[in-house]
Amino acid sequence: MAAAASMMPNFGQQISSKNDLVPDWTRQEVSTGTTIMAVEYDGGVVIGADSRTTTGAYIANRVTDKLTPIHDRIFCCRSGSAADTQAIADVVAYQLGFHSIELDEPPLVETAANLFRASCYRYREELMAGILVAGWDRRKGGQVYCVPIGGMLVRQPVSVGGSGSTYIYGFMDSNYKPGLSKDQCLELTAAALSLAMERDGSSGGVVRLASISEEGVERRVILGNQLPKFSTH
Amino acid sequence: MALSNILETPAAGFNFDNVVRNAALEGLLEEQPPKPLKTGTTIAGLIFKDGVVLGADTRATSSEVVADKMCAKIHYIAPNIYCCGAGTAADTEKTTELLSSNLTIFSLNSGRNPRMVMAVNILQDMLYRYHGNIGANLILGGVDCTGNHLYTVGPWGSVNKVPYLAMGSGDLAALGILEDRFKHDLELEEAKELVRAAIHAGIMCDLGSGNNIDICVITRKGVDYIRPYQESAYKDTRKIKYKYRPGTTPVLTQKVVPLKLEVVQETVQQMDTA
Repeated sequence: MAAAASMMPNFGQQISSKNDLVPDWTRQEVSTGTTIMAVEYDGGVVIGADSRTTTGAYIANRVTDKLTPIHDRIFCCRSGSAADTQAIADVVAYQLGFHSIELDEPPLVETAANLFRASCYRYREELMAGILVAGWDRRKGGQVYCVPIGGMLVRQPVSVGGSGSTYIYGFMDSNYKPGLSKDQCLELTAAALSLAMERDGSSGGVVRLASISEEGVERRVILGNQLPKFSTH
Repeated sequence: MALSNILETPAAGFNFDNVVRNAALEGLLEEQPPKPLKTGTTIAGLIFKDGVVLGADTRATSSEVVADKMCAKIHYIAPNIYCCGAGTAADTEKTTELLSSNLTIFSLNSGRNPRMVMAVNILQDMLYRYHGNIGANLILGGVDCTGNHLYTVGPWGSVNKVPYLAMGSGDLAALGILEDRFKHDLELEEAKELVRAAIHAGIMCDLGSGNNIDICVITRKGVDYIRPYQESAYKDTRKIKYKYRPGTTPVLTQKVVPLKLEVVQETVQQMDTA
Protein backbone atom coordinates (compact mmCIF):
# COMPACT_ATOMS: atom_id res chain seq x y z
CA MET A 1 0.00 0.00 0.00
CA ALA A 2 1.55 3.29 -1.04
CA ALA A 3 1.98 5.58 1.91
CA ALA A 4 -0.20 8.66 1.96
CA ALA A 5 2.24 11.23 0.65
CA SER A 6 2.24 14.70 2.09
CA MET A 7 2.74 16.17 -1.36
CA MET A 8 -0.64 16.34 -3.02
CA PRO A 9 -1.46 17.07 -6.67
CA ASN A 10 -2.69 20.66 -6.67
CA PHE A 11 -6.24 20.96 -7.89
CA GLY A 12 -6.16 24.63 -6.94
CA GLN A 13 -3.85 27.40 -8.02
CA GLN A 14 -0.83 26.47 -10.07
CA ILE A 15 0.46 30.08 -10.16
CA SER A 16 3.92 30.01 -8.70
CA SER A 17 6.55 32.66 -9.15
CA LYS A 18 10.13 33.11 -8.07
CA ASN A 19 9.91 36.84 -7.45
CA ASP A 20 6.94 36.91 -5.14
CA LEU A 21 7.28 38.22 -1.60
CA VAL A 22 5.01 35.45 -0.41
CA PRO A 23 6.86 32.14 0.05
CA ASP A 24 5.88 29.03 -1.85
CA TRP A 25 4.61 26.96 1.03
CA THR A 26 1.75 29.40 1.69
CA ARG A 27 0.20 28.13 -1.51
CA GLN A 28 0.58 24.47 -0.65
CA GLU A 29 -2.38 22.62 0.66
CA VAL A 30 -2.28 21.81 4.35
CA SER A 31 -1.54 18.13 4.79
CA THR A 32 -1.62 16.03 7.90
CA GLY A 33 1.46 14.02 6.66
CA THR A 34 1.15 11.79 9.61
CA THR A 35 1.45 8.60 11.57
CA ILE A 36 -1.74 7.07 12.90
CA MET A 37 -2.37 3.72 14.52
CA ALA A 38 -5.26 1.71 15.91
CA VAL A 39 -5.20 -1.59 17.84
CA GLU A 40 -8.03 -3.83 18.99
CA TYR A 41 -7.99 -5.47 22.38
CA ASP A 42 -10.56 -7.56 24.19
CA GLY A 43 -13.12 -4.98 25.34
CA GLY A 44 -12.14 -1.99 23.22
CA VAL A 45 -9.62 -0.26 21.01
CA VAL A 46 -6.57 1.92 21.47
CA ILE A 47 -5.91 4.66 18.94
CA GLY A 48 -2.94 6.98 18.58
CA ALA A 49 -1.60 9.73 16.35
CA ASP A 50 1.23 12.22 16.16
CA SER A 51 0.41 15.95 16.18
CA ARG A 52 2.10 17.55 13.20
CA THR A 53 0.27 19.33 10.34
CA THR A 54 2.48 20.54 7.50
CA THR A 55 2.07 23.02 4.62
CA GLY A 56 4.91 21.93 2.39
CA ALA A 57 7.99 22.28 4.57
CA TYR A 58 6.37 24.47 7.22
CA ILE A 59 4.64 23.04 10.30
CA ALA A 60 1.29 24.79 10.36
CA ASN A 61 0.20 23.25 13.66
CA ARG A 62 2.48 21.31 16.01
CA VAL A 63 -0.25 20.30 18.44
CA THR A 64 -2.92 18.99 16.08
CA ASP A 65 -5.55 16.60 17.32
CA LYS A 66 -5.98 13.98 14.63
CA LEU A 67 -8.20 11.74 16.74
CA THR A 68 -11.63 13.03 15.84
CA PRO A 69 -14.80 11.86 17.61
CA ILE A 70 -17.53 10.70 15.26
CA HIS A 71 -19.85 9.46 17.97
CA ASP A 72 -19.69 8.68 21.69
CA ARG A 73 -17.74 5.45 21.25
CA ILE A 74 -16.45 5.84 17.69
CA PHE A 75 -13.37 7.80 16.68
CA CYS A 76 -11.48 8.27 13.45
CA CYS A 77 -7.77 8.88 12.89
CA ARG A 78 -7.16 11.29 10.02
CA SER A 79 -4.27 11.33 7.55
CA GLY A 80 -3.86 13.02 4.18
CA SER A 81 -5.24 16.43 3.35
CA ALA A 82 -6.35 18.30 6.47
CA ALA A 83 -9.24 20.05 4.74
CA ASP A 84 -10.55 16.90 3.07
CA THR A 85 -10.42 14.76 6.19
CA GLN A 86 -12.03 17.44 8.36
CA ALA A 87 -14.81 17.82 5.81
CA ILE A 88 -15.41 14.07 5.51
CA ALA A 89 -15.36 13.59 9.28
CA ASP A 90 -17.96 16.36 9.67
CA VAL A 91 -20.20 14.80 7.03
CA VAL A 92 -19.95 11.30 8.51
CA ALA A 93 -20.51 12.58 12.05
CA TYR A 94 -23.71 14.23 10.87
CA GLN A 95 -24.90 11.17 8.97
CA LEU A 96 -24.08 8.83 11.83
CA GLY A 97 -25.73 11.11 14.40
CA PHE A 98 -28.89 11.24 12.33
CA HIS A 99 -28.87 7.47 11.84
CA SER A 100 -28.37 6.87 15.55
CA ILE A 101 -31.28 9.14 16.47
CA GLU A 102 -33.51 7.35 13.97
CA LEU A 103 -32.61 3.94 15.40
CA ASP A 104 -32.67 5.23 18.97
CA GLU A 105 -29.59 3.18 19.79
CA PRO A 106 -25.81 3.68 19.62
CA PRO A 107 -24.47 3.16 16.09
CA LEU A 108 -22.20 0.30 15.04
CA VAL A 109 -18.54 0.91 14.20
CA GLU A 110 -19.09 -0.96 10.96
CA THR A 111 -21.78 1.56 10.00
CA ALA A 112 -19.41 4.46 10.60
CA ALA A 113 -16.70 2.74 8.57
CA ASN A 114 -19.11 2.17 5.71
CA LEU A 115 -20.18 5.80 5.72
CA PHE A 116 -16.52 6.83 5.47
CA ARG A 117 -15.96 4.35 2.68
CA ALA A 118 -19.00 5.59 0.77
CA SER A 119 -17.72 9.18 0.74
CA CYS A 120 -14.08 8.26 0.13
CA TYR A 121 -14.88 5.93 -2.76
CA ARG A 122 -17.46 8.11 -4.49
CA TYR A 123 -15.18 11.15 -4.49
CA ARG A 124 -11.93 9.24 -4.77
CA GLU A 125 -10.64 11.45 -7.63
CA GLU A 126 -11.08 14.68 -5.69
CA LEU A 127 -10.14 13.56 -2.20
CA MET A 128 -6.85 12.73 -0.51
CA ALA A 129 -7.84 11.00 2.71
CA GLY A 130 -6.57 7.93 4.55
CA ILE A 131 -8.70 7.18 7.59
CA LEU A 132 -8.72 4.63 10.40
CA VAL A 133 -12.14 4.15 11.99
CA ALA A 134 -12.05 2.63 15.47
CA GLY A 135 -14.53 2.22 18.28
CA TRP A 136 -16.59 0.00 20.49
CA ASP A 137 -20.12 -1.27 20.08
CA ARG A 138 -22.21 -3.86 21.84
CA ARG A 139 -22.40 -6.31 18.96
CA LYS A 140 -18.76 -6.90 18.11
CA GLY A 141 -16.84 -5.09 20.83
CA GLY A 142 -13.69 -3.24 19.85
CA GLN A 143 -13.16 -2.94 16.09
CA VAL A 144 -10.65 -1.25 13.79
CA TYR A 145 -11.49 -0.54 10.15
CA CYS A 146 -9.03 0.78 7.61
CA VAL A 147 -10.26 3.14 4.85
CA PRO A 148 -7.14 4.11 2.86
CA ILE A 149 -6.87 6.43 -0.16
CA GLY A 150 -9.13 5.14 -2.91
CA GLY A 151 -11.92 4.04 -0.62
CA MET A 152 -11.24 0.42 0.29
CA LEU A 153 -12.74 -0.92 3.51
CA VAL A 154 -11.18 -3.72 5.50
CA ARG A 155 -11.33 -4.74 9.15
CA GLN A 156 -7.98 -5.42 10.76
CA PRO A 157 -6.97 -6.18 14.36
CA VAL A 158 -4.18 -3.62 14.10
CA SER A 159 -3.65 -0.96 11.47
CA VAL A 160 -1.27 1.94 10.81
CA GLY A 161 -1.62 4.78 8.35
CA GLY A 162 -0.09 8.00 7.13
CA SER A 163 3.29 8.85 5.69
CA GLY A 164 5.14 7.60 8.77
CA SER A 165 3.48 4.20 8.73
CA THR A 166 5.99 2.75 6.27
CA TYR A 167 8.69 2.96 8.92
CA ILE A 168 6.85 0.86 11.47
CA TYR A 169 5.35 -2.02 9.53
CA GLY A 170 8.24 -4.23 10.62
CA PHE A 171 7.94 -3.15 14.25
CA MET A 172 4.20 -3.77 14.19
CA ASP A 173 4.46 -7.16 12.53
CA SER A 174 7.03 -8.41 15.00
CA ASN A 175 5.59 -6.90 18.19
CA TYR A 176 1.84 -7.28 17.83
CA LYS A 177 0.28 -10.45 19.18
CA PRO A 178 -3.42 -11.17 19.53
CA GLY A 179 -4.63 -11.10 23.11
CA LEU A 180 -2.76 -8.03 24.37
CA SER A 181 -4.19 -6.11 27.32
CA LYS A 182 -5.21 -2.45 27.16
CA ASP A 183 -2.00 -1.22 28.79
CA GLN A 184 0.14 -3.33 26.51
CA CYS A 185 -1.70 -1.88 23.52
CA LEU A 186 -1.09 1.65 24.82
CA GLU A 187 2.61 0.92 25.22
CA LEU A 188 2.82 -0.65 21.79
CA THR A 189 1.09 2.30 20.16
CA ALA A 190 3.25 4.85 21.97
CA ALA A 191 6.42 2.99 21.02
CA ALA A 192 5.40 2.56 17.38
CA LEU A 193 4.43 6.21 17.00
CA SER A 194 7.68 7.38 18.61
CA LEU A 195 9.71 5.30 16.19
CA ALA A 196 7.79 6.63 13.22
CA MET A 197 8.07 10.22 14.43
CA GLU A 198 11.80 9.76 14.80
CA ARG A 199 12.22 8.74 11.18
CA ASP A 200 9.46 10.55 9.28
CA GLY A 201 9.90 14.28 8.70
CA SER A 202 6.20 14.82 8.30
CA SER A 203 5.35 13.30 11.69
CA GLY A 204 6.26 14.77 15.05
CA GLY A 205 5.17 16.82 18.02
CA VAL A 206 3.36 14.96 20.77
CA VAL A 207 1.71 11.55 20.84
CA ARG A 208 -2.02 11.63 21.40
CA LEU A 209 -3.57 8.40 22.64
CA ALA A 210 -7.13 7.38 23.33
CA SER A 211 -8.68 4.18 24.54
CA ILE A 212 -12.33 3.45 23.77
CA SER A 213 -14.36 0.83 25.61
CA GLU A 214 -17.81 0.26 27.01
CA GLU A 215 -16.97 2.51 29.99
CA GLY A 216 -16.08 5.43 27.78
CA VAL A 217 -13.17 7.26 26.19
CA GLU A 218 -9.91 7.97 28.01
CA ARG A 219 -7.57 10.44 26.33
CA ARG A 220 -3.97 11.15 27.13
CA VAL A 221 -1.02 13.03 25.71
CA ILE A 222 2.64 12.04 25.80
CA LEU A 223 4.80 15.14 25.47
CA GLY A 224 7.93 15.23 23.34
CA ASN A 225 10.38 14.84 26.19
CA GLN A 226 8.44 11.93 27.72
CA LEU A 227 8.40 9.76 24.60
CA PRO A 228 10.06 6.34 24.83
CA LYS A 229 13.63 6.67 23.60
CA PHE A 230 15.13 4.10 21.29
CA SER A 231 18.18 5.37 19.50
CA THR A 232 21.44 5.96 21.26
CA HIS A 233 23.25 7.31 18.19
CA MET B 1 -20.59 35.28 -25.64
CA ALA B 2 -22.51 38.52 -24.97
CA LEU B 3 -22.30 41.61 -27.16
CA SER B 4 -20.10 44.27 -25.60
CA ASN B 5 -22.73 47.03 -25.94
CA ILE B 6 -25.35 45.20 -23.87
CA LEU B 7 -24.81 45.48 -20.12
CA GLU B 8 -25.23 42.10 -18.48
CA THR B 9 -25.28 41.41 -14.79
CA PRO B 10 -22.43 38.95 -14.22
CA ALA B 11 -23.48 35.48 -13.03
CA ALA B 12 -22.68 34.51 -9.45
CA GLY B 13 -19.61 32.42 -8.64
CA PHE B 14 -16.36 32.08 -10.52
CA ASN B 15 -16.16 32.77 -14.24
CA PHE B 16 -13.66 30.56 -16.03
CA ASP B 17 -14.30 32.02 -19.53
CA ASN B 18 -10.82 33.45 -19.82
CA VAL B 19 -8.90 30.29 -18.95
CA VAL B 20 -8.36 29.27 -22.59
CA ARG B 21 -7.41 32.80 -23.57
CA ASN B 22 -4.92 33.06 -20.69
CA ALA B 23 -3.34 29.75 -21.55
CA ALA B 24 -2.87 30.91 -25.15
CA LEU B 25 -1.45 34.27 -24.03
CA GLU B 26 0.99 32.62 -21.68
CA GLY B 27 2.48 30.80 -24.61
CA LEU B 28 2.83 34.03 -26.61
CA LEU B 29 4.11 36.32 -23.89
CA GLU B 30 7.51 35.68 -22.39
CA GLU B 31 6.90 37.60 -19.16
CA GLN B 32 4.96 36.35 -16.16
CA PRO B 33 1.22 36.93 -16.26
CA PRO B 34 0.00 39.70 -13.91
CA LYS B 35 -0.52 38.48 -10.36
CA PRO B 36 -3.44 39.30 -8.05
CA LEU B 37 -2.76 41.77 -5.25
CA LYS B 38 -1.49 39.87 -2.22
CA THR B 39 -1.23 41.51 1.13
CA GLY B 40 2.20 39.93 1.96
CA THR B 41 1.47 40.37 5.58
CA THR B 42 2.20 39.62 9.19
CA ILE B 43 -0.82 38.85 11.35
CA ALA B 44 -0.83 37.29 14.80
CA GLY B 45 -3.22 36.46 17.59
CA LEU B 46 -3.13 35.05 21.08
CA ILE B 47 -5.48 34.14 23.90
CA PHE B 48 -4.80 35.86 27.21
CA LYS B 49 -6.47 35.78 30.59
CA ASP B 50 -9.49 37.93 29.79
CA GLY B 51 -9.88 37.44 26.05
CA VAL B 52 -8.11 37.54 22.70
CA VAL B 53 -5.56 39.97 21.23
CA LEU B 54 -5.19 40.22 17.45
CA GLY B 55 -2.43 42.16 15.69
CA ALA B 56 -1.57 43.01 12.11
CA ASP B 57 0.80 45.18 10.10
CA THR B 58 -0.68 47.70 7.64
CA ARG B 59 1.21 47.26 4.39
CA ALA B 60 -0.48 46.06 1.20
CA THR B 61 1.93 45.25 -1.64
CA SER B 62 1.49 44.92 -5.38
CA SER B 63 4.65 42.98 -6.25
CA GLU B 64 7.45 45.35 -5.23
CA VAL B 65 5.40 48.50 -4.74
CA VAL B 66 3.56 49.34 -1.53
CA ALA B 67 0.00 49.83 -2.69
CA ASP B 68 -1.49 50.87 0.64
CA LYS B 69 0.46 52.08 3.69
CA MET B 70 -2.47 52.05 6.06
CA CYS B 71 -4.40 48.97 5.01
CA ALA B 72 -6.83 47.57 7.57
CA LYS B 73 -6.25 43.86 7.92
CA ILE B 74 -8.30 43.27 11.04
CA HIS B 75 -11.87 42.92 9.83
CA TYR B 76 -15.07 43.20 11.80
CA ILE B 77 -17.15 40.05 11.83
CA ALA B 78 -19.44 40.53 14.80
CA PRO B 79 -19.37 42.71 17.94
CA ASN B 80 -17.45 39.94 19.68
CA ILE B 81 -15.56 38.43 16.74
CA TYR B 82 -12.78 39.94 14.64
CA CYS B 83 -10.76 38.37 11.85
CA CYS B 84 -7.26 39.03 10.49
CA GLY B 85 -6.76 38.14 6.85
CA ALA B 86 -3.66 37.21 4.87
CA GLY B 87 -3.44 36.11 1.25
CA THR B 88 -5.23 37.68 -1.68
CA ALA B 89 -6.55 41.07 -0.50
CA ALA B 90 -9.83 40.92 -2.42
CA ASP B 91 -10.59 37.41 -1.22
CA THR B 92 -10.05 38.16 2.45
CA GLU B 93 -12.14 41.35 2.23
CA LYS B 94 -15.10 39.77 0.52
CA THR B 95 -15.04 36.54 2.49
CA THR B 96 -15.05 38.38 5.79
CA GLU B 97 -17.80 40.74 4.63
CA LEU B 98 -19.91 37.78 3.55
CA LEU B 99 -19.35 36.08 6.88
CA SER B 100 -20.21 39.26 8.76
CA SER B 101 -23.47 39.67 6.83
CA ASN B 102 -24.50 36.08 7.45
CA LEU B 103 -23.82 36.33 11.16
CA THR B 104 -25.69 39.64 11.43
CA ILE B 105 -28.74 38.04 9.81
CA PHE B 106 -28.47 35.16 12.25
CA SER B 107 -28.27 37.59 15.19
CA LEU B 108 -31.32 39.48 14.02
CA ASN B 109 -33.29 36.30 13.46
CA SER B 110 -32.46 34.57 16.72
CA GLY B 111 -31.72 37.47 19.05
CA ARG B 112 -28.45 35.83 20.11
CA ASN B 113 -24.84 36.88 19.79
CA PRO B 114 -23.02 34.74 17.25
CA ARG B 115 -20.55 32.15 18.50
CA MET B 116 -17.02 31.55 17.26
CA VAL B 117 -17.74 27.99 16.14
CA MET B 118 -20.49 29.31 13.87
CA ALA B 119 -18.13 31.73 12.16
CA VAL B 120 -15.51 29.01 11.78
CA ASN B 121 -17.97 26.49 10.37
CA ILE B 122 -19.38 28.95 7.82
CA LEU B 123 -15.88 29.87 6.68
CA GLN B 124 -14.69 26.28 6.53
CA ASP B 125 -17.76 25.28 4.55
CA MET B 126 -17.33 28.06 2.01
CA LEU B 127 -13.58 27.73 1.53
CA TYR B 128 -13.74 23.94 1.19
CA ARG B 129 -16.45 24.25 -1.43
CA TYR B 130 -14.18 26.48 -3.54
CA HIS B 131 -11.27 24.05 -3.26
CA GLY B 132 -8.54 26.56 -2.60
CA ASN B 133 -9.53 29.02 -5.34
CA ILE B 134 -10.28 31.64 -2.68
CA GLY B 135 -6.85 32.62 -1.40
CA ALA B 136 -7.81 33.56 2.14
CA ASN B 137 -5.68 32.65 5.18
CA LEU B 138 -7.68 33.86 8.15
CA ILE B 139 -7.13 34.16 11.89
CA LEU B 140 -10.42 34.41 13.76
CA GLY B 141 -10.45 35.58 17.33
CA GLY B 142 -13.40 36.21 19.57
CA VAL B 143 -15.06 35.93 22.92
CA ASP B 144 -18.47 34.35 23.30
CA CYS B 145 -20.54 32.70 26.00
CA THR B 146 -18.39 29.55 25.82
CA GLY B 147 -15.09 31.33 26.35
CA ASN B 148 -12.14 32.86 24.50
CA HIS B 149 -11.27 31.26 21.17
CA LEU B 150 -8.65 31.60 18.47
CA TYR B 151 -8.97 29.69 15.19
CA THR B 152 -7.15 29.67 11.89
CA VAL B 153 -8.80 28.73 8.60
CA GLY B 154 -6.70 27.87 5.54
CA PRO B 155 -7.60 28.50 1.89
CA TRP B 156 -8.52 24.87 1.30
CA GLY B 157 -10.81 24.78 4.29
CA SER B 158 -8.72 23.28 7.08
CA VAL B 159 -9.33 24.56 10.59
CA ASN B 160 -6.94 24.64 13.55
CA LYS B 161 -7.79 25.74 17.07
CA VAL B 162 -4.74 27.07 18.87
CA PRO B 163 -3.81 29.33 21.81
CA TYR B 164 -1.51 31.56 19.70
CA LEU B 165 -0.45 31.80 16.09
CA ALA B 166 0.86 33.96 13.28
CA MET B 167 0.10 33.92 9.54
CA GLY B 168 1.21 35.64 6.37
CA SER B 169 4.61 36.05 4.77
CA GLY B 170 6.12 37.33 8.02
CA ASP B 171 4.75 34.55 10.17
CA LEU B 172 8.03 32.72 10.73
CA ALA B 173 9.55 35.79 12.33
CA ALA B 174 6.44 36.52 14.40
CA LEU B 175 6.08 32.91 15.48
CA GLY B 176 9.66 32.93 16.75
CA ILE B 177 8.75 35.68 19.20
CA LEU B 178 5.48 34.00 20.17
CA GLU B 179 7.03 30.57 20.69
CA ASP B 180 9.66 32.10 22.94
CA ARG B 181 7.52 34.34 25.12
CA PHE B 182 3.99 32.99 25.10
CA LYS B 183 2.50 31.80 28.38
CA HIS B 184 -1.06 30.89 29.22
CA ASP B 185 -3.15 33.52 31.07
CA LEU B 186 -1.05 36.59 30.35
CA GLU B 187 -2.23 39.95 31.59
CA LEU B 188 -3.64 42.51 29.14
CA GLU B 189 -0.58 44.74 28.85
CA GLU B 190 1.81 41.79 28.52
CA ALA B 191 -0.40 40.26 25.85
CA LYS B 192 -0.57 43.48 23.84
CA GLU B 193 3.19 43.94 24.13
CA LEU B 194 3.84 40.36 23.01
CA VAL B 195 1.63 40.71 19.93
CA ARG B 196 3.23 44.03 19.14
CA ALA B 197 6.68 42.47 19.40
CA ALA B 198 5.62 39.58 17.17
CA ILE B 199 4.26 41.88 14.44
CA HIS B 200 7.31 44.09 14.81
CA ALA B 201 9.55 41.08 14.15
CA GLY B 202 7.51 40.33 11.05
CA ILE B 203 7.86 43.94 9.88
CA MET B 204 11.61 43.96 10.46
CA CYS B 205 12.36 40.61 8.89
CA ASP B 206 9.90 40.45 5.99
CA LEU B 207 9.77 42.72 2.95
CA GLY B 208 6.07 42.17 2.44
CA SER B 209 5.16 43.55 5.88
CA GLY B 210 5.69 47.03 7.19
CA ASN B 211 4.42 50.45 8.24
CA ASN B 212 2.20 50.60 11.28
CA ILE B 213 0.90 47.98 13.72
CA ASP B 214 -2.81 47.60 14.48
CA ILE B 215 -3.95 45.84 17.64
CA CYS B 216 -7.45 44.61 18.47
CA VAL B 217 -8.31 43.48 21.99
CA ILE B 218 -11.53 41.52 22.45
CA THR B 219 -12.85 40.80 25.93
CA ARG B 220 -16.23 40.09 27.50
CA LYS B 221 -16.57 43.80 28.24
CA GLY B 222 -16.04 44.85 24.65
CA VAL B 223 -13.58 45.53 21.88
CA ASP B 224 -10.64 47.92 21.84
CA TYR B 225 -9.52 48.42 18.24
CA ILE B 226 -6.32 50.46 18.42
CA ARG B 227 -5.39 51.66 14.98
CA PRO B 228 -2.51 52.32 14.86
CA TYR B 229 -1.04 50.88 18.05
CA GLN B 230 2.46 51.67 16.97
CA GLU B 231 3.36 53.99 14.15
CA SER B 232 6.22 53.33 11.82
CA ALA B 233 9.44 55.18 12.60
CA TYR B 234 9.59 56.17 8.95
CA LYS B 235 6.72 58.58 8.55
CA ASP B 236 6.50 61.03 5.71
CA THR B 237 5.03 64.52 6.07
CA ARG B 238 3.13 64.63 2.80
CA LYS B 239 -0.50 65.66 3.06
CA ILE B 240 -3.17 63.31 1.77
CA LYS B 241 -5.41 66.03 0.31
CA TYR B 242 -4.17 68.83 -1.84
CA LYS B 243 -6.62 71.71 -1.90
CA TYR B 244 -5.70 74.96 -3.65
CA ARG B 245 -7.39 78.20 -2.66
CA PRO B 246 -9.37 80.00 -5.38
CA GLY B 247 -7.10 82.45 -7.24
CA THR B 248 -3.95 80.29 -7.07
CA THR B 249 -4.06 79.95 -10.85
CA PRO B 250 -4.27 83.43 -12.58
CA VAL B 251 -7.16 83.89 -15.05
CA LEU B 252 -5.99 85.45 -18.36
CA THR B 253 -9.18 85.61 -20.46
CA GLN B 254 -12.85 84.87 -19.85
CA LYS B 255 -15.63 84.21 -22.41
CA VAL B 256 -19.28 83.59 -21.45
CA VAL B 257 -21.53 81.74 -23.95
CA PRO B 258 -25.18 81.37 -22.90
CA LEU B 259 -26.64 77.94 -23.58
CA LYS B 260 -30.05 78.08 -25.30
CA LEU B 261 -32.42 75.47 -23.97
CA GLU B 262 -35.83 74.53 -25.42
CA VAL B 263 -38.55 72.85 -23.44
CA VAL B 264 -39.24 69.67 -25.40
CA GLN B 265 -41.59 67.80 -23.09
CA GLU B 266 -43.31 68.64 -19.84
CA THR B 267 -44.97 66.04 -17.64
CA VAL B 268 -46.70 66.63 -14.34
CA GLN B 269 -47.06 63.80 -11.87
CA GLN B 270 -49.36 64.28 -8.89
CA MET B 271 -47.86 63.30 -5.57
CA ASP B 272 -50.20 61.35 -3.37
CA THR B 273 -50.06 63.24 -0.10
CA ALA B 274 -53.12 61.77 1.53
